[in-house]
Amino acid sequence: MDCFTIDDLNLYYGGFHALKNINLEIEAGKITSFIGPSGCGKSSLLKTLNRMNDLVEDCRLTGSIELFGEDIYKDMDVNTLRKRVGMVFQKSNLFPMSIYDNIAFGPRTHGVKAKYALDEIVENSLRSAALWDEVKDRLKKPALALSGGQQQRLCIARALAISPEVLLMDEPTSALDPISTGKIEELVLTLKKDYSIIMVTHNMQQATRISDKTAFFLFGEVIEYNNTDRLFSLPQDKRTEDYITGRFG
Amino acid sequence: MNKSKEKFMAAVFFASALISILAVGLICVFLFVNGIPALFKIGTLEFLGGSQWSPMDQPAYYGILPMIVGSLYVTAGAIILGVPIGVLSSIFMAWICPPRLYKWIKPAVDLLAGIPSVVYGFFGIAIIVPLTGNSIVSASILLGIMILPTVISIAESALRATPRQYYEGALALGAGPYRSLFYVVLPAAKNGILAAVVLGIGRAIGETMAVIMVAGNQARMPVSLFKGVRTLTANIVIEMGYAADLHRGALIATGVVLFVFILIINISFSALVRKDRG
Repeated sequence: MDCFTIDDLNLYYGGFHALKNINLEIEAGKITSFIGPSGCGKSSLLKTLNRMNDLVEDCRLTGSIELFGEDIYKDMDVNTLRKRVGMVFQKSNLFPMSIYDNIAFGPRTHGVKAKYALDEIVENSLRSAALWDEVKDRLKKPALALSGGQQQRLCIARALAISPEVLLMDEPTSALDPISTGKIEELVLTLKKDYSIIMVTHNMQQATRISDKTAFFLFGEVIEYNNTDRLFSLPQDKRTEDYITGRFG
Repeated sequence: MNKSKEKFMAAVFFASALISILAVGLICVFLFVNGIPALFKIGTLEFLGGSQWSPMDQPAYYGILPMIVGSLYVTAGAIILGVPIGVLSSIFMAWICPPRLYKWIKPAVDLLAGIPSVVYGFFGIAIIVPLTGNSIVSASILLGIMILPTVISIAESALRATPRQYYEGALALGAGPYRSLFYVVLPAAKNGILAAVVLGIGRAIGETMAVIMVAGNQARMPVSLFKGVRTLTANIVIEMGYAADLHRGALIATGVVLFVFILIINISFSALVRKDRG
């Protein structure tokens, strides 16, 4: 089953044609990575999936994107979409509040008020993000006092707290050291059983380590989309081969 | 030659900077030298806690409690009216308003700051007093308008300094723009907003001319929101022209009280700004 079906998608920032005729079917329950050089459009595509591109002035798109069969630009309220499609950003964007309030913000937004229910969501999200044991004694402490890796895992916990169906991750480890990166990768692998995950990454080893499918982007086009092991071992397109063997980008 | 020129210029800069320090110092000295003896002569408790001010009577009474309370009432009124409007305006200006509109709003707010207070006073007499009389309410409304530019500009810069990623993070969790602004961006800017409120208090408590023109100025304990009141500043201005001896000293001591209020406000303002930065 596909979580996202992208049909003939074109995206423009003013006069700049950022995404060209994208057709992709992204499978549910899998980890899909988007790779490619900077400016190739992979982050732009990610941001159209939860409509964060709406914030960019002069941003225009044609074509359609469906989430489990519903057109996210036509049939769906944008806040509902973002509840169903969570996002983890490149740099931690925790709010300057306590750990608890950071996680509770999402559920509270969507109408959860009872304290016991919030307590439970906070604990479950932190457990899912493998962060519970590290922070359970300081839930009321400021989130921004955590280390970089912990902050990023807390961002993941915060995204999980609204029980999304899909999790978008925009280079979630690019600002982290190797150990924190390893922890996040491990975490992403365990999250796969409950969520469909789409990840933009600059790191090709990371794509091979954790993703099931990979799409290679170049100049706003999807050059190749295949099972990760196949794309990396037997690239069909010369440009994919050049990129993954490090000949450019 | 060049070096001596450098030294000379350094001295010029230093002297210029010294002038404002000197001015503050001299004002302090003047206030305390002239005000403190009167304060002791009257008795600090009678002065601050006395509710009767009748310097021309025999015997004279110098209690400024009515004016302290008057100033507090009027300032509180101004804050209650001006802060919500100011903070909401600043949210609009910093986050919502399209650039095309901002081009007009920003200069309008700046102009509001530049209008002389006597002109505000005329406005108050012409528009507000006919509705609410010479009263606490009139003075509060007028002051509420007068503190707007202060509150707006400080709150706006605090809101603008809030990282955009907070806002985007909240949106990405499915919160609408207004929820994101009120529950994430606004709390993140709370020290800056508090600083704006504190500075607004300072502006309101120190305002004189406009208040005199609409407040009624009766030196008695406030009886009703729709009755007249006299503030500390008004007390000084109204009587200074003919006051002599102890009466004059009492007015200067009123200035001391005002000065202490402003000092407390400024210290809390700096504390808030410092807390915000680190």
